[in-house]
Amino acid sequence: MTALDLRGVGMIFNEGAANEVTALENIDVVIEPGEFVSLIGPSGCGKSTLLRLVGDLLQPTSGEITVNGKPPARARLDRDYGMVFQSATLLDWRTVLDNVALPLEIMDIPRHQREETAREMLELVQLGGFADHHPYELSGGMQQRVAIARALSFRPSLLLMDEPFGALDEMTRERMQMELLAIWRETQTTVVFVTHSIPEAVFLSTRVVVMSPRPGRVSELIETDLAQPRVFETREEPGFYEMLTRLRESLRKVDES
Amino acid sequence: MKASLRTTVSFVVTVAALVLLWEGYKAIGQATGGVWPGTSMNLPVRTNERSMPHVWDIVGSLFAPARRGGEDILLVILVRAALWTWRSALIGFVVGSFVGFGLGVLFVRSLLAERGLMPYVVASQAVPVLAIAPIVVVWSGRLAFPNWVPIAVISAYLAFYPVAINTLRGLRSPEATSMELMRSYAASPGQVLWKLQIPASLPYLFPALKISASASVIGAIVGELPAGFPQGLGRAILSFASSFSSAPEKLFASVLVSAMLGLFFVGLISLIERWTVPAAMRLREDPAIETGAIPRPAAVTA
Repeated sequence: MTALDLRGVGMIFNEGAANEVTALENIDVVIEPGEFVSLIGPSGCGKSTLLRLVGDLLQPTSGEITVNGKPPARARLDRDYGMVFQSATLLDWRTVLDNVALPLEIMDIPRHQREETAREMLELVQLGGFADHHPYELSGGMQQRVAIARALSFRPSLLLMDEPFGALDEMTRERMQMELLAIWRETQTTVVFVTHSIPEAVFLSTRVVVMSPRPGRVSELIETDLAQPRVFETREEPGFYEMLTRLRESLRKVDES
Repeated sequence: MKASLRTTVSFVVTVAALVLLWEGYKAIGQATGGVWPGTSMNLPVRTNERSMPHVWDIVGSLFAPARRGGEDILLVILVRAALWTWRSALIGFVVGSFVGFGLGVLFVRSLLAERGLMPYVVASQAVPVLAIAPIVVVWSGRLAFPNWVPIAVISAYLAFYPVAINTLRGLRSPEATSMELMRSYAASPGQVLWKLQIPASLPYLFPALKISASASVIGAIVGELPAGFPQGLGRAILSFASSFSSAPEKLFASVLVSAMLGLFFVGLISLIERWTVPAAMRLREDPAIETGAIPRPAAVTA
């Protein structure tokens, strides 16, 4: 069964009104379980909108989306999605542990069990020692790690990430990319990752979906066949540079069209 | 500890500055015969003993028997009156706050309710409380309620508004992505309310509660005036106002005690805020609170 199947998906905002905008048109993408797929494209290409359609935060105006063989609304109710946004959006009145446990609390998991799971997740993102801190005591990178732990806490099959490292400095960002890949290998979660960074897309993904703007369309699907697991040195390999060039060329075509 | 010391020092300095200003102005006026020094322009407020008694006379009057041959000193009488007034104000404050909070929750859940009711909520504060008070008193007299009931109703009438407006602001304060996350967990509307919106609203709620606390005291004092209940501060202010020419310091003393009651109440709310809302979450500045038509005591004597 495919993890995610998009067929002819289109999204028109304010349909029929004067300010009608076609955000997405005729999107066809199939993602297999365990893939790490990045969506990349210039702003206005609808990559965040596409992520929200998959996550049932928006409903498409045409086409069909299937998540693990189900419609997105069903998948959301089955808690198939873990979401991470650019801002960590942690709750300041809760400790780090209670933030990670929030989804479990909503799912009525008993306190003892949810605290145990939340602690495991904090270990996974290497924040085991910060369980009792409050979010405002943490750096931006640490906050984002808490957000990732929170998204993974209920073991969703699909991780939807919308520029999660967009607000971090370059060094923190590269470290977070390594950690994310380690988590991805360990949990075998399917990841859909929105980014506007070319090196980030190449380093993280098994496949990159290049999108063009106005209206948002898929312009190219690129396999990044760099060896797994990706390590620090991956970024220094000739193959990495070839992929960067390939992706940059593809994006330039998109920009010129 | 250091912060509390600074607060104490700044309080003492402020009070000293106010006393100095009062007495300084009075001294200038008396030296020049009531005109600005070196001019023939009258000072805006007369500086004689009737218009501006000495600070020590006002404070002194608090510790003198209120009536010739009376047993209790003025302070005791005023504090007793203040406590009576505070009981109504407190009940009105609690009721008004609950009503305001409930309206905020209703409005955030139902756009229809907000559209339909909000204009009336706003309009309610445009009606002068001085006009509402006698009506409430007359109605409740007919229903044979205890006499603090109408006073509490008038307090609640002033107290609910800031709470309603700011609860709504606070419930709407979480970022859109926080709401999207709750949706992705398939949280019920009740869970979103209790786990996200209500905790997020507390920093907005407390500044409103402070305004409501002082408004409820004003409401109670104003409410007592048309009712003519003898127990409260409203009556005390009224009777000292009528004997103003013979003992002005008593009126000033009762104003002082009224202000202290309001400050005490607001201080109490601040304490609860300190226990409830972590410092890092408190809003740096109070949100733009729509205070509505909170009447000023000055309007009462007009």
